[in-house]
Amino acid sequence: MSGLSPKTRDRMLYLISPIGLLILWQLLLMAGIGDRRFIPAPTDIAVRFWTLIRNGELAMHTGVTLVRVFAGFVIGAIPGVAVGLLMAMFKPVRIFFDPLIAALFPIPKIALMPLLLLAFGFGDASKIALVAIAVFFPVIVNTYTGASNIEKIYWDVAKNYGASQWVMFTRIVFFGALPMIFAGLRIALAVSFIVLVAAEFVATKSGLGYLIWNSWELLQVDIMFVGIVTIGVLGLITSALFQEIERKVIPWKAE
Amino acid sequence: MFAERRGAAIDIAGLRKEYVSGQGHVLALDNIDLSVAPGEFVCIVGPSGCGKSTLLRILSGLDHHTGGSIKVDAKGWTVENAMVFQDSGLFPWMSVETNVGFGLATRGVASDEIAARVEAALKLVGLTKFRRHYPHQLSGGMRQRGAIARAFVTNPAMLLMDEPFASLDAQNRVILQTELVRIWEETRKTVVYVTHSIEEALLLGDRCVLMTAQPGRIKQIIDVPFGHPRNLITLAADAAFGKLKLDIWRVLEEEVTRARAEIEL
Repeated sequence: MSGLSPKTRDRMLYLISPIGLLILWQLLLMAGIGDRRFIPAPTDIAVRFWTLIRNGELAMHTGVTLVRVFAGFVIGAIPGVAVGLLMAMFKPVRIFFDPLIAALFPIPKIALMPLLLLAFGFGDASKIALVAIAVFFPVIVNTYTGASNIEKIYWDVAKNYGASQWVMFTRIVFFGALPMIFAGLRIALAVSFIVLVAAEFVATKSGLGYLIWNSWELLQVDIMFVGIVTIGVLGLITSALFQEIERKVIPWKAE
Repeated sequence: MFAERRGAAIDIAGLRKEYVSGQGHVLALDNIDLSVAPGEFVCIVGPSGCGKSTLLRILSGLDHHTGGSIKVDAKGWTVENAMVFQDSGLFPWMSVETNVGFGLATRGVASDEIAARVEAALKLVGLTKFRRHYPHQLSGGMRQRGAIARAFVTNPAMLLMDEPFASLDAQNRVILQTELVRIWEETRKTVVYVTHSIEEALLLGDRCVLMTAQPGRIKQIIDVPFGHPRNLITLAADAAFGKLKLDIWRVLEEEVTRARAEIEL
């Protein structure tokens, strides 16, 4: 590899581990090690992938899951950011929310699913509510941390140059916390896939979680893998998208 | 862009500042008396811990005193004071021009007027070409110019400067000191300039206020005998300048030695 540029070499190195794993997996099964009914080969999964794409089933389940993640994410993240900033700006807000967060953050959010089913029924609303709750906590904690770590000099400058509370909120605290807000949003994105897929196992008839659980009950192991891989790919795409947005929105972050 | 008349008058009498900490009371400033005439350039010099920054923060309204009185007469001015900090304090998330216009935007100045005044201020400090840059793309000296433009653009009655050039290299410091004196000679604002450098205080000021630490008191106020316009380079080489610097150093040295002896006891 000596003739390649360091960047190309890094990229190839990056691909070696996943591709190597797939090849090893395929070879072991072809050599008769492992039962192909329970552990399908990568080629079997690829074939099944293709059929599910062609009959539209995969697109349907993916679409349902994405809508739930997106709606829950927005509903949870906006108040998370707002309350986190207000906590950093006003002590009473901080004192009010601190014990709530301390008590509620460690509860596994999936444990709330039965309650949410009671409140919102078996439709999309209960799943969206679950995602929103799960997103809210990492976002609020990160936003608060980011805003309270804004250097003192920026508060001093803003005050000395006549900033009102509103200007403080929208132009100083929000932007000062933005890098940490983005870190929180990225964690929240992963968390929202985790809780949603778990919720879809039991409480619905659509979505990628349902696809995986249903194929487990029918012992269609290859479909299970299709679902799992799809979630992985979605995670990869959304996180790359996030990085792109972050670069656009935070141009002052040193390259 | 600047008003013809001179800046604010300051009258400080018997000023005290006490902090209450876990270890008890700390007297940061004790019995400070100081009057500053409109348009005067006053430098406050002293070792670290003498409360000179605290005094400036009280003048700016960022901190409160616990005794005595402080009066700033800025009648007829829209903006009483603008502060330039040691670390530029330009907001990293705003471009240079947005930073410079910040103190106007917060006060509801119309956007076309902001644009015109920012333009003039950027020209004054030589940052016109870098208006769309972000602070991290600028050198330390350029950031400090931006901070000065941000202060001047608000047309304040007094300018408060807290060791604004302390973190710069020697060349940049001389360049910015020269520019500051030039701008001040044009605008004649009241300037209160805090520094730990005797040389800088003598180069820039009309008067030097010498402070001593623990508690922060005024030791002596010196009239700087050099007139305006000033050329800082030739002034620094002047024999009279060297002598005055030495005299002041002796006064401060005595105090520093005394304060250190007390700490070691």
